[in-house]
Amino acid sequence: MITSNKRPASLAISRWVSRSKAAHREIVIGWLFALPALLMYAVFVLLPFVLSIRYSFYRWNGIGDMTWAGIDNYRTILEVPSLLGTISNAFRLVVYFSFIPVTLGLVVASVMQRVAPGRLGATARTVLFLPQVIPLVAAGIIWGWLLALPGLINQILKLVGFESYTRAWLGDFDWALPAVGLIGIWVLLGFCTVLLWTGMTRLDPALYESARIDGASWFTEFIKITVPLLKHEIGVCVTVTVIAALAAFDIVYVSTAGGPGNSTAVPGIQIYILAFTQQRIGLASALAVMLMVMVLVVVLPIQRLSRETAQ
Amino acid sequence: MIMFKKRKLISTATMLAVLLIAAQMPFVAVQAPAVMAQSEQPSCGTEPVTLNAYFETGFDIPFELADEFTNQYPNVTWDIKQDQFANLINSTPRLLSGDNPPDLIRLPTMVSFAEQGLLMNLDDYAAAFGWDEWPVPQLNQNRVGEDGTRGSGSLYAMGLNYSLTGIYYNKEQAAQIGMTEPPATLAEFEDLLAAAKDADLLPIMQWGSAKSGMGLAFPLQALMASVGPVDPINDWIFQKADATIDTESNLVAAEHLQQWIENGYFPPDINAIEYTDANARFGQGEGVFMFNGDWQNASYDTDMPGNVGFFLMPPAEAGGSPAAMSAPLTYGIAANAENPDCAAFFFNWVASNDVAREINVTIGGSNPGGPSGLEMPAVTEGSVINETLAAGVVVGEAGTSMDFIANATSAIFAQGWTPELQKMVGGRQDAAGLLEAVQAEYELELAE
Repeated sequence: MITSNKRPASLAISRWVSRSKAAHREIVIGWLFALPALLMYAVFVLLPFVLSIRYSFYRWNGIGDMTWAGIDNYRTILEVPSLLGTISNAFRLVVYFSFIPVTLGLVVASVMQRVAPGRLGATARTVLFLPQVIPLVAAGIIWGWLLALPGLINQILKLVGFESYTRAWLGDFDWALPAVGLIGIWVLLGFCTVLLWTGMTRLDPALYESARIDGASWFTEFIKITVPLLKHEIGVCVTVTVIAALAAFDIVYVSTAGGPGNSTAVPGIQIYILAFTQQRIGLASALAVMLMVMVLVVVLPIQRLSRETAQ
Repeated sequence: MIMFKKRKLISTATMLAVLLIAAQMPFVAVQAPAVMAQSEQPSCGTEPVTLNAYFETGFDIPFELADEFTNQYPNVTWDIKQDQFANLINSTPRLLSGDNPPDLIRLPTMVSFAEQGLLMNLDDYAAAFGWDEWPVPQLNQNRVGEDGTRGSGSLYAMGLNYSLTGIYYNKEQAAQIGMTEPPATLAEFEDLLAAAKDADLLPIMQWGSAKSGMGLAFPLQALMASVGPVDPINDWIFQKADATIDTESNLVAAEHLQQWIENGYFPPDINAIEYTDANARFGQGEGVFMFNGDWQNASYDTDMPGNVGFFLMPPAEAGGSPAAMSAPLTYGIAANAENPDCAAFFFNWVASNDVAREINVTIGGSNPGGPSGLEMPAVTEGSVINETLAAGVVVGEAGTSMDFIANATSAIFAQGWTPELQKMVGGRQDAAGLLEAVQAEYELELAE
């Protein structure tokens, strides 16, 4: 408030009122601009969210009458091993979809920034980011071919003398989940690398210079300077990739559809099958609600941690 | 009940329309529903009609039939949407209950849709067209009783044709292992499988990816029919009370299959092979035998002309009757469809019109069904279609046809057979465990 004491108080008040009126009008206009988006959000996000919670307490086939089920649907999920198993598969996917891409992304971005900042670096970034713009379904199909028994990956293994290691990766009980994970790494590595690389470009070069004068190695610089200063970016990467892992659907559906057995079945696939193939909307909704709670439980602490340290 | 009310409403509307026409208000006549008098057969009329249809992607037959139908009845045009079978399983309930319900739709399963009142009861059409006089087994698979079991009761769907499954073989490779004629018993067939393995050939090509649904269900069901009676299997598929798949003879069948897997009779990557890949690889000479249905005839004749034969799964005992899975290519009419008369007329035309029957045999590769007096259309000499049609006669006379064990409930294939058979291939499930697990899933689904 830049009001002078020398001016009459009444003038100051009337100015303040008119200013607050203007501010008020601005707020109203702001909300009006946001209204269409808010409406869309309410209709397509909040309403389905509330409905899902409601359906999760009913037995319903999607068409006929709904009957009250209480917490039966939740109990069923905890009791049926094939449903609970999907949740453990989702957590195993976190290693492939989150831990590896973020770690690898840090290393790749750091190498790119140090060794190849010029045209080579730009090309590398583009190549790594490419999976982000390819539809996941197409990626899943192509990886299906690459990982098949007569596919390229097994041909390469044969060529270098590892014929005994060839297998139908997506059809093998022990290897199907890591194979799906590999597709996830391929898709998410580019995202992490580009985000982390962008973060690195804003770090002060003087920090590295002084570290080098002190005789720090590349690894020491990486651990002592790069990683701590990039905590915010790392937090974003981990959040996005952990959600991608826990809520995975498209990559898994296209590459294995949950098989062999239930070895790659994740909650996303199971919710789809329960709701659309089995017409058990209540059970599907309960699993969806559990999935959402699971994501929140995992992601909120990560968010908090990365925000605190960034501050 | 609802249907009767609707009929009453329609006939009242017709009467009103007639009265209005009499009062010289011709514009109303256009809007009057095309309902026939009791004595007349339902038809597509002469006014323009657009049939709203959902067909299965990858099957040419309904599209060819639709084209020919418009050829013969130019007032009928089509609004056809198509989708993968797996997607149709998921979307059918919403399509049937939606705002613009289809006049014709490929049905994955039918009991729950009939029970929910989403499918049109076709009994009146059956009476009007005389379908009731066709050979009984043709229509029985599409009947649903009031207790929710299939096989008897009201008619809720029709088959565009009647497919049959059995064993295809690569003639060159079969000759290589000394097969001069189709095996007469299960033991003979198993000797051939062993001979193929010894000759470094792949004995059986089959698919097993969860994306296509497990193809080992074909040999398993064929084995079930070979070692035991057909009726208990049909009872289970038709959801008869207390029916179980976990029987002694089915255990013997599953043990045979487990032995085949352990002997290496199937491709090592079977759990990753999709349906189309399996057919392509068989067409390229990988696999002496393949369990599949007659819908594949035309493409085998193209891929390996003159080199593919077909036989039915032989019985366990010499002199017994061979059995086969044989199911109609099922189509239904939505309960609230706009043009049910025209859709029903199409069903009748498919089964009885000469050109339609010819399309059905030459393109669909399957028996067109229909009234028993009609002749079977001629087929090219030496094509495998002749063999499947002849096999159909054998099964028909022996009364040993079964529906497909994947059709028992809408989810039993995805949640029961496919994962459990995949586990068996991976050495994580045995014959007894397989039947037990599938039965448990079946009971869980029926309890819902």
